[in-house]
Amino acid sequence: MKTISLAKMAVNQKGRVIEIQGGIGLQDRLMSLGIYPGREISKLSSFALKGPVTIKVDRRVFALGHGMASKIILEVE
Amino acid sequence: MIKKIFLIGNPNVGKSVVFSRLTGVHVIVSNYPGTTVGITKGYLKLDEHKIEVVDLPGAYSLEPTSSAEEVAVKLLKENSKEEIVLINVLDATNLERNLYLTLQLIEQGFPVIVCLNMCDDTKHRGIDIDVDKLEKILGVPVVSTCAVTGLGIKLLRQRIEETQPIPPAKISNQQRWQEIGKIVTEVQKLTHRHHTLREIFEDASVQPLSGSLMAAGVIYVSFKIVRFIAEGLINKVFDPFFFNFYQPILERLSLALGESGFLHNLLIGELINGKIDFKQSLGLLTTAPYVEFDMVLPYIISFYFVLSILEDTGYLPRLAILLDNLLHRIGLHGYAIIPVLLGFGCNVPGILSTRILESKRERFIASTLISIGVPCVALQAMIFGLLGRLSGFYVGGVYLVLFALWLILGTLLNKNLKGYSPEFLIEIPPYRLPPLAILLKKVIYRVKAFLIEALPIVLIGVLIINIFLFFRLFDLVTGIFAPVVSGLFGLPKETVVALLVGFFRKEVAAGMLATFDLTAKQLFIAATLLAVSFPCVATFVVLLKELGIKDLLKATGIMIATTLIVGTLLNFAIFY
Repeated sequence: MKTISLAKMAVNQKGRVIEIQGGIGLQDRLMSLGIYPGREISKLSSFALKGPVTIKVDRRVFALGHGMASKIILEVE
Repeated sequence: MIKKIFLIGNPNVGKSVVFSRLTGVHVIVSNYPGTTVGITKGYLKLDEHKIEVVDLPGAYSLEPTSSAEEVAVKLLKENSKEEIVLINVLDATNLERNLYLTLQLIEQGFPVIVCLNMCDDTKHRGIDIDVDKLEKILGVPVVSTCAVTGLGIKLLRQRIEETQPIPPAKISNQQRWQEIGKIVTEVQKLTHRHHTLREIFEDASVQPLSGSLMAAGVIYVSFKIVRFIAEGLINKVFDPFFFNFYQPILERLSLALGESGFLHNLLIGELINGKIDFKQSLGLLTTAPYVEFDMVLPYIISFYFVLSILEDTGYLPRLAILLDNLLHRIGLHGYAIIPVLLGFGCNVPGILSTRILESKRERFIASTLISIGVPCVALQAMIFGLLGRLSGFYVGGVYLVLFALWLILGTLLNKNLKGYSPEFLIEIPPYRLPPLAILLKKVIYRVKAFLIEALPIVLIGVLIINIFLFFRLFDLVTGIFAPVVSGLFGLPKETVVALLVGFFRKEVAAGMLATFDLTAKQLFIAATLLAVSFPCVATFVVLLKELGIKDLLKATGIMIATTLIVGTLLNFAIFY
């Protein structure tokens, strides 16, 4: 087990959220979408030059900016 | 006693479809979060009482994160809980996410009825929901519906009065998710399925390489279809009507009016080489309907047909991901592509939809760039019509100038405006195949809205222009602006009138350009300036409402400066 940010995680890798760094605003926003500590996320794709990241949570797909992705810390195998 | 009904729910669950079903009021619906950015009201008859129904923009929770969400939450808090009912619309294929807002609403003590929408979609996704059990657990009425076909709407109506306020409770966000987890395991059964073709497409469209290829293909094909349909309509329907049927009638009228005089000038306009010329005569019965119906309308129809397909299939948010990087350089994020695309139809809905962007800064950048660098379809149709006949090179040239302006102005604004633009966080909807009937209804609605808005202004505009021309009233203004227009832009001074008319309707202004004897270079410059200079008056009013007077003045200054610089540069940079 090691911890890594969503931005650094490899494409197609799965992980469990352990922490969301950053303000309460971001935490609330992610929370209302169902992204919170304990949740399992898989990374679908990422774009070069600090571009966006797409993820799958359950059966739903989200796209988020690189900055946000680097604030989501996950635990991976 | 129920006084108001609110439709509330997550983005892109079909609230507006349910609203249309309940009230009979048509509203634009699409397959992406953020289609509804304003408040739509309608009425519903319940036991002989007329009750107001309000369609709210989508919200994920009661803690708002965008201006559209803020509007929704603010409106809810203005009303007493005894007098309202909330119809909480849920996407049945996404029960878990949707229940977060539902539980919040119930906790806060609102009288809620749950409308479990998109029930037709659950079956082929292998989802089975026990509606009765869900109703028992939640303690509020739950009705399953498929609003697109109308299934379940009658039952929803009947059960509205069963709702009542509930004593409020308070739990933490994390607890709420745990609660939801328990509910979902009890009421929902998932059957495992293999990856469908649709899912393979969905995944491929968000990968950098395959996604970019798909985007290029989609844009190319969209453009081709727009032109194919529009040109087909012009050649097969509208041209034959105007030239074979309408023109002979007008010729008889022209003869009857004595081929000249005030009334003749007003209705028919001037005869060119002794004949009616739809493009140049500039009469109320000749050029006005010709421009609107034979040049613009075909493109309106084809553009909105293609845009509606893109909207309803759910492709647009995927395009947003691919363009995120580029749009970040100019202070926006990928989702700004949606207001931009709507702006290519008409700047008014484009600027309204900038409300899906989070910050005031982004909304200012997007609105300014749309007014300057996004020509509406009416103007584009005229550019195709006027310049396309000379050479496709000129048409491409206009777009190239506009694109360069986007990059330059956007970069400058991003560097110089205070604050920073946030990143996006969007949910990507699944692909859906829109039913053709619904698609066509939306196209007809938009075409109708265009005609209602444009036609009167075009007719009045042409009328006033003719009166002014007849009494030579334009000479005064042409005198004032002539130094700029001919000195800097290299255009004959009459074009001042056309550029001013552009403030009312761009297509009329472009139509006027055809009546002057312009060289290809002059026509190119004039058409480009029509696009970048002031937006039309309707757009101006929306800009004032959305930005406020201070920012509007700022945007206007940018527009004037841009017009002067672009006009002068083009004039002195093109030699031949």
